[in-house]
Amino acid sequence: MGGLPRWHILSGIMATRQAQVLGRWALAPAVTVLAAWSFVPLALTIYFAFLRYNLQDPDNTGWAGFSNFYYFFKDPYFVKDLINTVLLVAGTIVTTVVGGTLLALLLDQPFWGRGIVRLLMISPFFVLPTVSALVWKNLIMHPVFGLFAGIQRFFGSHEPLDWFGRLPLFSVGIVVSWQWLPYAALILLTALQSLDEEQKDASAMDGAGPLSYFRYIVLPHLARPITVVILIETIFLLNTFAEIKVGGIGGIAGNLTYLVFSQLNDATDVGMAAAGGLVAVVLANVVSAFLVRLVGKNLEA
Amino acid sequence: MARRQSPRRTLLITIVAWTIGLLMFFPIFWTAVAAFKSESDAYSLPQTVLSTPWTFENFGIVQDRSDYFRYVFNTTVIVVLSTLLGLMFAIPAAWSMAFAPTAQSRSSLSGRQWLAIIFSGLVICFLGLYFTDWKPSNALVGFALLLIFVVPGSLWAWSQNTSGTLLWMLSTKMMPPAGALIPIYLIFNRNGLVFKDWGWINLSDYNLIDSFWGMVPLMTLLNLPIIIWMLFTYFKEIPVGILEAARMDGASLWNELFRVLTPMALPGIASTCLLNIILAWNEAFWSLNLTNKYAAPLSFFISEYSSPEGQFWAKLSAASIMAIAPILVIGWFSQKQLVRGLTFGAVK
Amino acid sequence: MGSITLKNVRKAFGDTVIIPGLDLAIADGEFVVFVGPSGCGKSTLLRLIAGLEDVTSGTISIDGEDVTEAAPAKRGLSMVFQSYALYPHMSVYNNIAFPLKMAKMDKAAIDAKVQTAAATLNLTQYLQRRPGQLSGGQRQRVAIGRAIVRNPRAFLFDEPLSNLDAALRVGMRLEIGELHHKLGTTMVYVTHDQVEAMTLADKIVVLNAGVIEQVGSPLELYKSPANQFVAGFIGSPKMNFVTGAPAVNRNAATIGVRPEHIKISKDTGEWAGTVGVAEHLGSDTFLHVNAAALGTLTVRAEGEVSVSYGDRVFLTPDLNRIHRFDANGVVIR
Repeated sequence: MGGLPRWHILSGIMATRQAQVLGRWALAPAVTVLAAWSFVPLALTIYFAFLRYNLQDPDNTGWAGFSNFYYFFKDPYFVKDLINTVLLVAGTIVTTVVGGTLLALLLDQPFWGRGIVRLLMISPFFVLPTVSALVWKNLIMHPVFGLFAGIQRFFGSHEPLDWFGRLPLFSVGIVVSWQWLPYAALILLTALQSLDEEQKDASAMDGAGPLSYFRYIVLPHLARPITVVILIETIFLLNTFAEIKVGGIGGIAGNLTYLVFSQLNDATDVGMAAAGGLVAVVLANVVSAFLVRLVGKNLEA
Repeated sequence: MARRQSPRRTLLITIVAWTIGLLMFFPIFWTAVAAFKSESDAYSLPQTVLSTPWTFENFGIVQDRSDYFRYVFNTTVIVVLSTLLGLMFAIPAAWSMAFAPTAQSRSSLSGRQWLAIIFSGLVICFLGLYFTDWKPSNALVGFALLLIFVVPGSLWAWSQNTSGTLLWMLSTKMMPPAGALIPIYLIFNRNGLVFKDWGWINLSDYNLIDSFWGMVPLMTLLNLPIIIWMLFTYFKEIPVGILEAARMDGASLWNELFRVLTPMALPGIASTCLLNIILAWNEAFWSLNLTNKYAAPLSFFISEYSSPEGQFWAKLSAASIMAIAPILVIGWFSQKQLVRGLTFGAVK
Repeated sequence: MGSITLKNVRKAFGDTVIIPGLDLAIADGEFVVFVGPSGCGKSTLLRLIAGLEDVTSGTISIDGEDVTEAAPAKRGLSMVFQSYALYPHMSVYNNIAFPLKMAKMDKAAIDAKVQTAAATLNLTQYLQRRPGQLSGGQRQRVAIGRAIVRNPRAFLFDEPLSNLDAALRVGMRLEIGELHHKLGTTMVYVTHDQVEAMTLADKIVVLNAGVIEQVGSPLELYKSPANQFVAGFIGSPKMNFVTGAPAVNRNAATIGVRPEHIKISKDTGEWAGTVGVAEHLGSDTFLHVNAAALGTLTVRAEGEVSVSYGDRVFLTPDLNRIHRFDANGVVIR
């Protein structure tokens, strides 16, 4: 972005030296605390990742070279949890974006009691992750007392499915999707409602059916909000933790966040955990470099 | 939506929409029902909705067993204080980026100065290690890391142009907490990296683990990028002419921010606060890892009920409902505003 | 109290030069209007004076004091914005009182000043309302009220009437003129409307592409425009420009004649043409005459003229009021 950005003349901003200096100082506190927040732990994590540092074994100190990384990568959980992380994030995003678009299209139609349905719909977004994990695990997906088990028994099954035991990742995926579907649906609904009604009339005049209307008018209009939904959900889903810990599936279907936590909590190995944390940081940065650029384009448009 | 459609179609859509709405809400409803059952009814098969007499005893038991109100108090303190603290940082920052953006990144240091800072950090690191027989001393290495990473990093972030700064702030949110957990734990902990006996000053009596002094700033930092970003999109909609008028009228930066801008952007600030309250209320990773008693919020309270031994589901349900009820009610009353804010300016 | 001097003022955004270098002196108490087509830099110039933009080089001084680096509030100027820029969350009273509060004046003095200003501008009964509840003209008056309570050294107006409808615009124009006579304070006024410029100004500054084309009183500009741009910009309907033989005969590349300085006749005259559209305004008639090689000429005739579409007519320019321009568009005197 060299020279003068387009928005300078268009939106009339304060461009005096005085305003620029004030702006710099007004920005400084936020930048400083965020820089400290992002660089200090990162620097320390890098440092620890090369140390022998186990809380249970205070005598074993000194440089570890790359051995922490070596053992972390060799940990059988690593590849599994890495795949789990990707599956959970990607699966949930696909589910919520597709489901959210369909729901938004539905809710955009006139029907009786829209306000109340909206309230019902958005509710899962407000539920604590720990609560939703507990509720789904114990009241809905429990193999004996859960609602799903009851439904299965109603249809004559004698051995209802143990969701969290047999399909741990899928179950957590359902829980997380349940929490994030309202977000996607309501954002996309807001976007749909901002769509100009005249465009629909014009496209109808031009002979476009509902499908081509969706394909050529609605979908491009939703591109921006969908990017934002993907970004926000990725931020939160990469770090899914409560559902896995409270759901008690860390050992069978954990993600990277959980793996690092367990290195620290169960194995008390700071060095290994730091190496794992670094791997998670690198992974997140690969994703964010891509996503943030995508959103950055949207910001300037 | 003045478009006319046939009543049959409306009826069909009504049925489908209500079905989906009720299905989405069902887990919460089911929990609420279980909360009013007696413990033995909660285990009886088949599960029924309208079972034997309803009871409020579970709520009383939960309060007696875990002191619910203390957790509500803790959560409220953390949520409210972190929101206010966040606004204090975010309002000036968002103002700056919305109204006085920097077009070009101007590095505040020359390339040679950058190299000098990093090089001196490395040299200090090396000398320190040399004189300590290659046994790393935390204080020394910490200082060196500060020179190598933190100072250049902050200066770099500060000298970015506005969209660069904005994206960088967002990317700090992408940082997995797993990567920061260990350092934060060691920094916060008694006898950790900071709170220990340094010789010239004894800090070993302090501790940020399980304390509001740790949780409030942490929660602020956690959500600051989102607050700034959201405020930025709201501020962008305010005509700059009004702020210029204030400037002509002799308003100082403080007056411009808090007597002109803030009152005008009040709806936007309100929905930003709401989002922050919800995010902070529902935060689990740090709450579960850094608190256990004095500053533990509701996330922690509810996780106590996840222990496999002795499952008391009626009480678990009652506790769940107690933990989500306040935020659910707040959310319901403010959802219109909240949803608009959540679009982060992606919807005009 | 209120003379403004610009010396070699230059403004560029990156590589885009808005004002390439400009000198101007505004005397105390003068009503100066910057006029020019959109994008000519007139608003930028006003914002430079206000301090809302930095000059790239050059100096601005007010009453001999260099204010080039001074903050907007320290320059002692008041500005009325095109969008009024009223504080929507404050009552009219608080809007007008805001600059005084910022100056930390005591409450009684503020109240007295606000009441006086409100009385002058007929706003007394609206003092407790919010800007959103006022009409466009009333908002404009509040903006002016906010400007006058500060007793500024000069007022700056940035296209203040462009958001008003035509009828209101005429009324507000008169009020601003009245205000200038009452206060006697320097006023700098930006507009793209030459009628506003002609009616209000003591001195008009015609700008084009950041360059001053001419400075002078309205009648000076009307009577002796320095170049073709000013000649075409000032006056309504626009001056007719004729090239070719009639110009060459008068030793000019182009000659200009104002529509009101052309006589129309059915029998005889210098140029022949056919009548096109005729605009009957009652007091005047504007005839658009198609004069073959000379192009379409506009003629302003007093009262009613009984010609109709397609009639053949003859036109004679007033010989004393022909403006001659050379190939560069500069006037030949």
